[in-house]
Amino acid sequence: MGTGMALGREEVLKRLGAVGYVADPQLATAIVLMQQLARPLLIEGEAGVGKTEVAKALAAVFAAPLIRLQCYEGLDANAAVYEWDYQRQLLAIKIWESEDRTAEEKERHIFDEDFLLKRPLLKAITMDKPPVLLVDEIDRADEEFEAYLLEVLSDFQISIPELGTVTATAIPYVVLTSNSTRELSDALRRRCLYHYVDLPSEAKELRIVAARLPGIEGALAAQVVRFVQALRKEDLRKKPGVAETLDWAAALMGLGVKDLREEPEALHESLMCLLKTQEDQAAVPIEVVERLAGKAG
Amino acid sequence: MTGAVAILRPQDGGRMPARRFVGFMRVLRDNGFPVGLRETIDGLRVARQADLARREPLRWALRSLLCASRTDWRRFNEIFDLYWRGHGQLRAAQVSGHSSRTAPPERSDSEGRAGPTFGTDPGQDAEAEGGEGRRSGASSAESLAATDLRHINDAGELARINDLTERLASRMKYRLTRRERQRRRGRRLDLRKVIHRSIRFGGTPMQLAYRMRWPKPLRLVVILDASGSMSLYSTFFVRFIRGVLDNFREAEAFVFHTRLIHISAAMRERDTEKALERMALMAAGWAGGTRIGDSLAAFNRNYAASVINSRTAVMIVSDGYDTGAPEILNAEMARLKRRAKRIVWLNPMLGWRDYAPVAQGMAAALPHVDLFAPAHNLESLAALEPYLAKL
Repeated sequence: MGTGMALGREEVLKRLGAVGYVADPQLATAIVLMQQLARPLLIEGEAGVGKTEVAKALAAVFAAPLIRLQCYEGLDANAAVYEWDYQRQLLAIKIWESEDRTAEEKERHIFDEDFLLKRPLLKAITMDKPPVLLVDEIDRADEEFEAYLLEVLSDFQISIPELGTVTATAIPYVVLTSNSTRELSDALRRRCLYHYVDLPSEAKELRIVAARLPGIEGALAAQVVRFVQALRKEDLRKKPGVAETLDWAAALMGLGVKDLREEPEALHESLMCLLKTQEDQAAVPIEVVERLAGKAG
Repeated sequence: MTGAVAILRPQDGGRMPARRFVGFMRVLRDNGFPVGLRETIDGLRVARQADLARREPLRWALRSLLCASRTDWRRFNEIFDLYWRGHGQLRAAQVSGHSSRTAPPERSDSEGRAGPTFGTDPGQDAEAEGGEGRRSGASSAESLAATDLRHINDAGELARINDLTERLASRMKYRLTRRERQRRRGRRLDLRKVIHRSIRFGGTPMQLAYRMRWPKPLRLVVILDASGSMSLYSTFFVRFIRGVLDNFREAEAFVFHTRLIHISAAMRERDTEKALERMALMAAGWAGGTRIGDSLAAFNRNYAASVINSRTAVMIVSDGYDTGAPEILNAEMARLKRRAKRIVWLNPMLGWRDYAPVAQGMAAALPHVDLFAPAHNLESLAALEPYLAKL
């Protein structure tokens, strides 16, 4: 990265469009800067706005492999960085027992790189070609891990006691996502470029539906999007995201629905694609569905 | 940065004038953006590569680079436009993204930068209620108020109490973690580690390793009633909140009156007096009535998802005099109960003799409360400790 190979904004936009990701120039600019400054990109936004999709699209844009590290509470180095393959090490010890070698030789053999299991972080910095590293939901990991990650992302090297320091052969494009269940450290925020993904406007969501479901009829797509946009304005616990819109549109296509106004019953039943808590489903009775469908038509 | 602000034009030689750019960074800093020297250098580098004939690409690039949070993200465009399009009227001024609800202007260091976050409250019903909203229980409150904490008048005494509160909060947290550890000392073998260690001994497990569940820190969310009937206690509890925020690794604090405000950031202010001042500024201008139900609704809608996790205890400090409908309070408490591990309701009036929770609001909330306890003096708070340790 930063070697003059950086793609320009227009090129990034074009390639994102080609892989079916509807992007704005703001995001494309962030991607250009990722290359120029070799900085990670932190993406925030409500659940379901397609934060993870950005990383997937990015992998397609750079024609790079996608390595994903899903964070969770209690994520430790064994799961994120590396682990020794203990069983194989034990086998190797047994096999070498009868061999006439010095202890040092045996040790070196056991802690050879062959016995190293690479977990996402180590894998991402030891590839031949820069991959896209997606650190998903970083806010779920503990603060200790966040600090460790920050260190790896600034030095791009990992030290393994038995083996020494592994320096990056390729600096990955790093995308971090956060749902803000926990406040991230200022240090991490400052290290990263920032992008906030909002729920899309009607026009943008329509473009997304058209891009992701090429088979959908224009009239139905417009109705679906207007319906979901109106539904988001209702007082819901969990607002349906873009992924839900796509699911629902696909479900309606599968059910053979051509016009939302025609089959309120089927519509109401298929709402489970959009409303995922019992409370929200109760909050949207069939009368509301009919009203929203009427407006969407 | 003085008032000499020119419009950026392509004929500036295609180079971003460093002075102009540094001025922009200062405006951002004054508005609470976490930008330092490093950001200035990177920003200038980016700005000099940008096509200056068009402003938008520069905006996009700087926005990615210089924002660090959603609040920054929302306010950036306005500040950018004002600075680069301004005709000298913008100095190192505060640009308010949230009208009058932005934090007080004295904050200039990065510590106070989270200030505007409380402005995300969609302004429930902030209208002053006037005389009509006064609680029915006010008169009895006044007559009974001649006891406990409210005695503390002279400054020395107050300072002593404050110290004690902060110490108590820190001790509570210490006890919490210690007990957790003792209780969970499971002598389970850590197989992964045992095998790892045995490799050194040719496969014989000479050194065993045990797994001990690491105590997970409890997260505490404090929601404080700052209404008139509580005002005698508010200072005391604000101190307590400060102690909690300082000592718990994960804690959030809110105050409500007629509406809810997120005060964690203001409370983290190093200087206690300043913190109180900021908090007073935020709460200023409210009048009459306590809307517990509406405030909790605002909490559930806007904050609950992000501040409550599976091991969060919610502590509500209020006398339960709600001028809103008790049904709302009941429903919102039920909703809160579904998310939070424990709900503790501290009621200063419970410490008074002959008090029964007859306030309508209190009665509506009680079914959802795990612990209903007095909190009119330090002893009563200290008595909570064993309970909190069990959470």
